[in-house]
Amino acid sequence: MRRGLLPALPALVLLFCFFLFPVVRMLGFSLEGGTLDWYAKALGEGLYVEVFWNTFEIAVFVTAICLLLGYPLGFLIATTTPAWATLGFIFVMLPLWTSVLVRTYAWMVLLGRNGVFNRWLIDIGLISDPLPLLNNFAGVLIGMVHVLLPYMVLPIYGAVRRLDPALVAAAQGLGASNWRIFWRVYLPLTLPGIFAGATIVFVLSLGFFITPALLGGGKVMMLAVLIEQQIHQTLNWPFAAALSAVLLALTLGVYSLAQLFTRQEARP
Amino acid sequence: MSRSASRRLLIVACTAIYVFLMLPLVVVFPISFSSALYMQFPPPGFSLQWYERYLDDPQWIDATVRSLYIGAATAVLALALGVPLAFALARGRFAGRLIVDRIALAPLVVPTIILSVGLYGLFAKLKLIGEWYGLVAAHTVLALPFVVLVTVAGLRDFDRALEQAAEGLGASRRQTLLRVTLPLLRPSLVSAGLLAFISSFDELVVALFLAGPNMTLPKKMFDNIMMEIDPTIAAVSVMQILLVSIVLVLIGRFGRGLRGSVR
Repeated sequence: MRRGLLPALPALVLLFCFFLFPVVRMLGFSLEGGTLDWYAKALGEGLYVEVFWNTFEIAVFVTAICLLLGYPLGFLIATTTPAWATLGFIFVMLPLWTSVLVRTYAWMVLLGRNGVFNRWLIDIGLISDPLPLLNNFAGVLIGMVHVLLPYMVLPIYGAVRRLDPALVAAAQGLGASNWRIFWRVYLPLTLPGIFAGATIVFVLSLGFFITPALLGGGKVMMLAVLIEQQIHQTLNWPFAAALSAVLLALTLGVYSLAQLFTRQEARP
Repeated sequence: MSRSASRRLLIVACTAIYVFLMLPLVVVFPISFSSALYMQFPPPGFSLQWYERYLDDPQWIDATVRSLYIGAATAVLALALGVPLAFALARGRFAGRLIVDRIALAPLVVPTIILSVGLYGLFAKLKLIGEWYGLVAAHTVLALPFVVLVTVAGLRDFDRALEQAAEGLGASRRQTLLRVTLPLLRPSLVSAGLLAFISSFDELVVALFLAGPNMTLPKKMFDNIMMEIDPTIAAVSVMQILLVSIVLVLIGRFGRGLRGSVR
C-alpha cells in the first residue's frame, strides 16, 4: 500500500540530505583506521569518563528539580479557572520561546560575583562575601532548569486535564484528605504525563550545549561542550565522532526505553 | 490541612516558581536602559545609549537582518515541506508510516550538537559554510517537527465531512484542498509558521558551526557574551523578548491556541 506517501517525499529528501546522511557520515569517522581506539579513549580514559558522569549527574538533577517545580505548576494551571489558566500558560510560554541566549545572559547578570543576587544579599547583611553561583555546578543547574521546566509543565498539565474529575469528587465524597487524594488518585493517574515530561527533560539535558558552555565557565564539562571543543579547538574529528556516537546511543537508548514503558502503561 | 489551606500553599509555591521563570526576562529591561558604562544594578540613571549603540553598529544590524531573512525562509520552507508530510502522516496509509513518523520527529530528540557537527563536516566539503541557504536547510530540519506536530494536531480535529460535502458538490480534489481544507487549517498553519520562524531566529548551536564569518543574531550575541558583557546585549534581549511576545500574541489571535497543541 502506497496511498499518500508521495506528499511526504520532499520532506524526506531534505531530512535524508541534511540530517540522516551527514550524521551517519560523521559518525563513520569514529571508525577511522578500522579500529575502536577512539571509543576506547572516550569510554576508558578517566578524564572523559568523568565528563560522561558529569553529564549524567546533571541530567538526573535537572530532571528531578524540573519535576519538583513542574508538577505543582502544571497541576495549578490544569485545575484553575480558564482565565487564570490562560495567564498561567502565557507565563510558561513566554520564557519557553525567549532565546536561550537571552536567558543565559540574564542569569549571568543575576548570579555573577557582582550580580544582582550577591549585591542584594550583601546589602541586607545576610552574607559578607559573594556566593559562588556562577561558573559552577549550581549555575549550570539553575540555567538548565529554567530552560527545561516548560517541557515538564506541559505534559503534566495535559495529564491532569485528562483526568476524570468525577474520580476526585468520589474520593472527596468518601472523605479522603487532600494528601490522600493526591497520592492515591492524582499521582498514579498522571504518571504517564510525569514520565513523558521526565523523559524529554532528561534526553534534552544529555545533549545540552549553550547553558553549560556559558554558565559553566569551563569548569563544568558536559558531553556537548566537549564535542564542540574537539571540533573547534583540537580538530580531532574521529574522537568527536566517537563521543557523538556514544551521546546519540545514550539519548536514543533512554528515549526508546521510555517509549517502551509508556506503551506498556497505556495498555489496558 | 483544610482544602483551602492546601490550595493556598499550592498558589504560594507556584507564585515563587513563576518568579523564577520570569525573573531573567524582567531583569534585562532595567539594565538595557542603564546610564552606567558597565553592568550595574540597580542602574544609576536612565539612558538609551545601549539601544543607540545597537542601532549604530552595522555588525549588529547586519546580524539581525540576516537572522530575520533566514528565519522567514525557514518558515516558508518548513511549511512547504512539513504540511504535506503532516498530511501523509495523518491521512496516508502506506507501509513504514511509523518509520516516517520517527524520522520526522527525530530532530527533536537527536542532540543539536550532533546534527551541527555532521553538517559542519559535509558543508565544509561542499563549501557551504557561511551560505545563508545552507543555514536555512539546517534550520528547516530543526523546525519540521514543530510544523508536523501542530499540523497533525489540526488535522486530527478536522471535520472531514466538510471535504466530502465539497467533493459531493462537484469540487475537484485541488479545489477542495485550496478552498476548503487549507483555509480551515489556517490557524494551525499560522502557529506552525510562526513557531518555525522563532525556532530559527533563536537558533545558536547550528549557526555556531555553519554561519562562518556571516554572523546571525544569536551567534553575534554568543560572541559578545563570551568576550565582554556590556549592556548592548540587554538592549538586544529586550527587543528579542518583545518580538517573541508579539509572535505569541499573533499565535493567540490568529493561530491555533497553544494549549490546543498540548497532547
